[in-house]
Amino acid sequence: MTGVRVLAGTRKGAFVLTSDGRRERWEVSGPHFAGWEVYHLKGSPVDPDRLYASQSSGWSGQVIQRSDDGGTTWQPMGNQFAYDGVPGTHQWYDGTPHPWEFARVWHLEPSLDDPDTVWAGVEDAGLFRSADGGRSWQELPALRGHDTGSSWQPGAGGMCLHTILLDPSAPGRMFAAISAAGAFRSDDAGQSWRPINRGLQSEGIPDPDAEVGHCVHRIAMHPGRPQVLFMQKHWDVMRSDDGGESWHEISGNLPTDFGFPIDVHAHEPDTIYVVPITSDAEHYPPEGKLRVYRSRTGGDDWEPLTKGLPQEHCYVNVLRDAMAVDSLDSCGVYFGTTGGQVYASADSGDSWAPIVRDLPAVLSVEVQTLP
Amino acid sequence: MIRVILPSHLRALARIEGEVHLDVVPPVTQRSVLDELEARYPTLRGTIRAHGGGPRRPFMRFFACELDLSHEQPDALLPKPVADGTEPYLIVGAMAGG
Repeated sequence: MTGVRVLAGTRKGAFVLTSDGRRERWEVSGPHFAGWEVYHLKGSPVDPDRLYASQSSGWSGQVIQRSDDGGTTWQPMGNQFAYDGVPGTHQWYDGTPHPWEFARVWHLEPSLDDPDTVWAGVEDAGLFRSADGGRSWQELPALRGHDTGSSWQPGAGGMCLHTILLDPSAPGRMFAAISAAGAFRSDDAGQSWRPINRGLQSEGIPDPDAEVGHCVHRIAMHPGRPQVLFMQKHWDVMRSDDGGESWHEISGNLPTDFGFPIDVHAHEPDTIYVVPITSDAEHYPPEGKLRVYRSRTGGDDWEPLTKGLPQEHCYVNVLRDAMAVDSLDSCGVYFGTTGGQVYASADSGDSWAPIVRDLPAVLSVEVQTLP
Repeated sequence: MIRVILPSHLRALARIEGEVHLDVVPPVTQRSVLDELEARYPTLRGTIRAHGGGPRRPFMRFFACELDLSHEQPDALLPKPVADGTEPYLIVGAMAGG
């Protein structure tokens, strides 16, 4: 019988949650890498037993871990992330030049066709790639070296490259998003990049045609329709129908259009999910009610999903990499909170139940659909 | 024989139990001890000091013989009780760094 494996990265370790296709009973293993921050872990699409994890700490910096048995055992891999050449500077919060400094890996994106190839999005924003299963890492410097790079400024959480999307229909096409520089697209496997932020409006940017500077929180695509992109921006939920060439707002009737994650149903490319958050100052759900909002129309028209979610006194956040979907016939949707809960829905979001309630703050959630 | 005590998070990472005992060719300095430690346990590279023998990570500290050696030059000789194995060389996570 098919099953699912949920990979949860938290402030104090990683957890692997497994269930059969009914997704009612769960086995929990962890914490792996206890005491370390695990910003992200993700499995290879071509070898589900191959997992990569980003482990870091304020004391000892970055470690990359790899599992070849679905998360039962792990091996440390290479942890040297050296920017290509002389790194130069970006803008600091006060507008002064600030040297590019590696802090951590925010996101790991395994290749669609080679389990030994994996991409890493890092803070300060840069894109790295390993072609030897994580043993060594090389920067693809064209993104950081873009003409606008010296003007990029960090968001409140640091200047992180947090989103990497690989287009399954167009080898070499990939998307990256950086807080607070914006979204970028490459059509040559990362050898060159250009900003794709036309149509984004940000209150703090006086120039309505600004090429960069937007605080993009997350981008999502359906693999069967990769020219359509969905974005949760600092404020505003956005959609592009042309591979990011232009964007239009689809916030519609959301109670607030601030938030972090966004994801797409596995079988319905126009069914999307967000978790509205009160504001940039108040990182918790409006009215203390944890509600996932679903649109079945590709945006604009949204419905709250509340069954099984706390509807009073809930003041958690859901971070940008902490939502995922499985691809079982009845699509499962998962998200983790800063309060340590991981919620699962086995019916496309109609109803929810916690898999676990008391983990450390959840930084990321990924899910694998197992054969 | 040089005795090295690592913080628990690095012992877990490198799968070390208890003290590490190293044979270090003199002169016994912080650099030579860390070089030998990283050669024995490559997983520790980059977690105590920068790759390639670079500077100490900001929230890692070095102690021995009730002295804070964190700001000593890496090629300065370690105290004799460390060099002869009487006292351990302590690698500590700073209180501010966890």
